[in-house]
Amino acid sequence: MASYTYTATPDQGAKAGVLAYLVVSAVVLLLMMLFGLLMRMEQAQFISIGGLWFYKLMTLHGAGMVGIVALAGASIMWHFLRQYVELTTSIFIANLVIFLIGVVMILASVLLGDFHAAWTFLFPLPGNSMGMWSQGAAALFMGGLLVIGVGFVLLHLDIARAIIKNYGGLGRGLGWPQLFGPDDGNAPPPAVVASTMVTIVNLIGLVVGASILIMMLVNLYVPTFEIDALLAKGMIYFFGHVFINAVIYMAVIAVYEILPRYTQRPWKSNKVFLASWTASTIMVMFIFPHHLLMDYAFPKWFLIMGHIIGYLNTFPILIVTGYGAMMIVYRSGIRWDMCSRLLFVSLFGWAVGAMPAFIDGTITVNYVMHNTLWVPGHFHTYLILGMVAMVFGFMYYLGKPDENAKDSPIDIAAFWGFVVGTMGFTMSFLYGGKEGAARRYAEHLPEWIPYDRLGSYFAALLIASVLVFIFRFLTRLGLAGRDYQRASLARSIAT
Amino acid sequence: MQETAWMVSLVLMLMITFGVIFVAINSHKREEEYGPLVKRAYGFRTKLFWVVALVFLPAMIFNLMDLPYDVSRAAGKGSPQVINVTGHMWYWEMDRDQVNAGQPVEIHVTSADVNHGFGIYDTDMRLVAQAQAMPGYTNVIRHTFNKEGTYKVLCMEYCGVAHHNMMTEIKVGNL
Repeated sequence: MASYTYTATPDQGAKAGVLAYLVVSAVVLLLMMLFGLLMRMEQAQFISIGGLWFYKLMTLHGAGMVGIVALAGASIMWHFLRQYVELTTSIFIANLVIFLIGVVMILASVLLGDFHAAWTFLFPLPGNSMGMWSQGAAALFMGGLLVIGVGFVLLHLDIARAIIKNYGGLGRGLGWPQLFGPDDGNAPPPAVVASTMVTIVNLIGLVVGASILIMMLVNLYVPTFEIDALLAKGMIYFFGHVFINAVIYMAVIAVYEILPRYTQRPWKSNKVFLASWTASTIMVMFIFPHHLLMDYAFPKWFLIMGHIIGYLNTFPILIVTGYGAMMIVYRSGIRWDMCSRLLFVSLFGWAVGAMPAFIDGTITVNYVMHNTLWVPGHFHTYLILGMVAMVFGFMYYLGKPDENAKDSPIDIAAFWGFVVGTMGFTMSFLYGGKEGAARRYAEHLPEWIPYDRLGSYFAALLIASVLVFIFRFLTRLGLAGRDYQRASLARSIAT
Repeated sequence: MQETAWMVSLVLMLMITFGVIFVAINSHKREEEYGPLVKRAYGFRTKLFWVVALVFLPAMIFNLMDLPYDVSRAAGKGSPQVINVTGHMWYWEMDRDQVNAGQPVEIHVTSADVNHGFGIYDTDMRLVAQAQAMPGYTNVIRHTFNKEGTYKVLCMEYCGVAHHNMMTEIKVGNL
């Protein structure tokens, strides 16, 4: 029988490594957001940077964003997971150093070598530039991605080792004994379950990603080593989908860990929770064909699988994690501050962004909306208002001066600017997609420009809000490493 | 289809928004005993699960009824008019650019170099059909143009610096 008694857990400050991850994440995130704004302003014809710079910025924006949200998500996962298992700090730091080496390689490839084949490096475009970039620039970009991937593989191997050592296996980390047997109440905490899931899927995804990168690097210098374009595409999207999805599953650990501290209510790893995470582990690995629905050459069953799993994947998000957050907050007497607001709204952002996403995975819809602005519309919603909101919530948690500290009106205004800015920005994408505006176009047709202009205004509002979040975090770095009570106690009807 | 996708998305997004606002409004006063609240919430969740399942699953199956991959799409309406298309960086090569309205069309799409996307826009610039153009493979779009006019073709897969200029036209009817 489950107990709903909350056991208070002390708030721990972040290790220097976690703070280093977060500072790098904040700076790169802001820079990538500015690149995104420039792209939107180019489409809106507010500025004129030309096609080459647009696609160079697009390549940096994609690679940079995917990398940096992974880094930020990893910092959240590592911070909380190390409170349950023994992780190796040197490997965690090594991942950051390796990441930065990869970033330098990618920056050099794009800024010095003019590489602009998009972060998805779809074969055979990187090796077929029509003279726009050199073989060396393509190798530097793909090598940079490979280096970053190696860092994450090391990190996940260490996490897998620690979970196996502490719980006796990855299946146990997912709570399978309690899921498939009697629930003895000893299932691993949500942070461990989520970390196990992320580790399993990311290790597989990264190995597939590294494999295709190595194949393409060989092909670049030895063209007789031929690669099937369809196989390459499948491998790239498998890796890309798993890796970008895993960032949300890493970051949501902040919600599982912090919201209970604000509500003094436990977030239990019960059977439904465990079942949903095991289901997500499988679905995240088999949903990727929804990126390939317009590649008719794939077997029909494979594409239909992408369609079906797209629908099923909404259940764990809506019914378990999203609903769980609502349950824990409902009549909890929670005290709203920047941290609790951002974490609460992050579940809204994730759930609300999942709606146009699964609709896009419907084959008949995809037929007329694939690679329109509808696609960045949905993923920007759940990444910014979902995942990135979790990161900023975590930053506010670490930097909160004391449990009763009040937020300044500027921060509260920035919160609303962030919510309104993101929704306005992403809705302009979605509406543009509905109207047929093609994705990844440096120049838009005149009829699409009004949505680009509206999107630019909202993006500027979003970035202004993010500036406040980042400024606040950086000024509170000194507090973020200390151990003290941060989460406000909920209002009690007894007091 | 685009309007339907937009409206369904909006409705679902609004429902989630209302749910979240409801919880936020009702978060102020604390119900000390969490156990009974959890039991009530789990009961409601079971109902919610079935509502979502009963809406989503039939929708999922219904949307599998008329897939663009089905050969039968062009059957029974006369012999198809075939257009062979090859994507190049950065232009489309087509062996014909004119078809008749009301008669099925098969567009065989491939690529000579990198991935492209063959997207057909009607006279109102609404995307009506697409397929990826991939080196080494041929994807077949089966479509019947019911309205005469000049349809635009745009590239729907990023293919390099002139991707956004990779356009051509298909004329439907005797224009």
